[in-house]
Amino acid sequence: MNRLEQCFTALKKDGRKGLVTFLTAGDPDLQTSQTILNALPQNGADVIEIGMPFSDPMADGPAIQQANIRALDAGTTLENVLEMVKSFRVNDTKTPLVLMGYYNPIYNYGTERFIAKAAEYGVDGLIIVDLPPEEDSELREPASANGMNVIRLLTPTTDADRITTVLSGSSGFLYYVSIAGVTGTASADMDHLAPHLDMIRSQTDLPIAIGFGIKTPADVKKMAQYGDAVVVGSAIVNNIGKTATSEKTTDDVLAQVRDLAAALK
Amino acid sequence: MSNAKVNSYKTGPDDDGHFGIYGGRYVAETLMPLILEVQKAYDSIKNDADFWAEFDRLSREYVGRPSPLYFAEATTEHLADDDAGTGAKVYFKRDELNHTGAHKINNCLGQILLAKKMGKKRIIAETGAGQHGVATATVCALFDMPCTVFMGATDVERQKPNVFRMKLLGADIQAVTSGAATLKDAMNEALRYWVSNVHDTFYIIGTAAGPHPYPAMVRDFQSVIGTELREQMMEREGRLPDSLVACIGGGSNAIGLFHPFLDDPDVKMIGVEAGGHGVDTVDQHAASLTGGKPGVLHGNRTYLLQDADGQIIEGHSISAGLDYPGIGPEHSWLHDIGRVDYVSVTDDEALDAFQMCAKLEGIIPALEPSHAFAHVMKMAPTLPKDHILVMNLCGRGDKDIFTVADKLGVSL
Repeated sequence: MNRLEQCFTALKKDGRKGLVTFLTAGDPDLQTSQTILNALPQNGADVIEIGMPFSDPMADGPAIQQANIRALDAGTTLENVLEMVKSFRVNDTKTPLVLMGYYNPIYNYGTERFIAKAAEYGVDGLIIVDLPPEEDSELREPASANGMNVIRLLTPTTDADRITTVLSGSSGFLYYVSIAGVTGTASADMDHLAPHLDMIRSQTDLPIAIGFGIKTPADVKKMAQYGDAVVVGSAIVNNIGKTATSEKTTDDVLAQVRDLAAALK
Repeated sequence: MSNAKVNSYKTGPDDDGHFGIYGGRYVAETLMPLILEVQKAYDSIKNDADFWAEFDRLSREYVGRPSPLYFAEATTEHLADDDAGTGAKVYFKRDELNHTGAHKINNCLGQILLAKKMGKKRIIAETGAGQHGVATATVCALFDMPCTVFMGATDVERQKPNVFRMKLLGADIQAVTSGAATLKDAMNEALRYWVSNVHDTFYIIGTAAGPHPYPAMVRDFQSVIGTELREQMMEREGRLPDSLVACIGGGSNAIGLFHPFLDDPDVKMIGVEAGGHGVDTVDQHAASLTGGKPGVLHGNRTYLLQDADGQIIEGHSISAGLDYPGIGPEHSWLHDIGRVDYVSVTDDEALDAFQMCAKLEGIIPALEPSHAFAHVMKMAPTLPKDHILVMNLCGRGDKDIFTVADKLGVSL
């Protein structure tokens, strides 16, 4: 069992829902984001998504776009992202880490080379937003050979036929995008969400994390009824972008994560 | 199966939209069902006689097609090398005479007919220089559909006349401030909007790029250029041309010119990219094939301008219509297999060509085809007298007079 499977199995055993937190690597600078990353588990994050900065984050709303710009302005490279993982793993061998981003930087780095290094440094899963199932085999096959999960996304627009396509070859967990939109914007249409998730669950045993538009502890609590875990991204990233000094940023963000986690207790 | 079929350059893309390793559908999952729906709709009209009859009727009555094939006699004489007894016979395919002043309208017409057939209620588009935005706003006015055009804030400022034109036509202009606020950011924002409004919105992409089926679909709508040329040239010269020359930003006018001739081995094709201040500069050109490498952006795998870490570079060209860091995936494939030659022309060369064309032919070309003309000026003198060369004059230059005046130090 890899770390993601262990994590979701443990959550289930404890009868608890998981908190997945997102931050963009190198935002606002490498040192600060490393400090935040390292402290996330003890402040309540069960799974951590690390955004790999990209110049053209097409599926992201303003908050994460800004985070990408801050990270790139700080000079963050894909190599730096991998080094952050390596550094995190020195003191934490348990918390699952998922890298999230767009395909071009990986393709440019060399997909197999990237996978080998990511696996060696302790990455557990990948969410590549612009690689739908039709295009992801060149990433999924080497990832799978290295024990890494490629996490697929389901959205409100995923109809019954498409669910089968998405599920075939999925592993780790499923990321349910709760809105037809970009990150950090609208809130989910709850009348659609519950029956849609029921339909998905009837076809898979994979855990489901719900993300997009989940901002507050109240949102977390509400969405946790429907998923095995909830993802908070833009709200955290906004907080990182808001404060001026590294220390205050770290304190604020970790306090926010504690509040979000408390909603799941 | 006949050999001709096996060896055809015209069979692509495959069912998943790939031209060799290029093309494909690299979009967020939210868009996938919609992309598949567009593909299905497009497949359904490919052999729909009624659809094409309507497309042909509007092309004729509204756009003004067929565009003339013009023998550029003054250019031919000017470029002849009398001592050597050489100099190609130069023709222009006059797509600048289309309604709205460029080839862009061919594609917009096809896509809005498809959008209507799909029952979509709203149209979105991205634009850089504003030509595709104007063409889209035009067909939206014609079909009475609400139109939102995404345009980088920098371009909104640089291209005021086109912004005003679009507004006159009833379009809503969204100035995009993210990134560098130019064409690629406008496309990012259009994709974001589309993700958020999938149910009723159709995205009219302006060039032969983006997720499948757009590159093939845009090519097919633009192929009216090459198809007409073939017929006109047979009538005029009784044979096919020897060379075709077209400028390339995303590559829609070029693929429209080239595609009907891909399987004619004696027809040589040259795509002219924007060399800006030189392709040896890091970020001062927009020549994706000459100065970029394969990557994934805006729904397709193709050659891209990017840095060592895979971040996309903005690129530069004097021509806002060529100023895009990518290129249509079919061009990437044609480049790799060597069927089409791709070269580049600098800002200065294009500027000289712009003025030369105006003086020689009494035609003010857009800065985009001025790149093609600059290359014609280089190649024509050395070619034999019986060499027939056709350049796609894909847009008129009215929109560019401010840029050119500025470069020439003239204040208007």
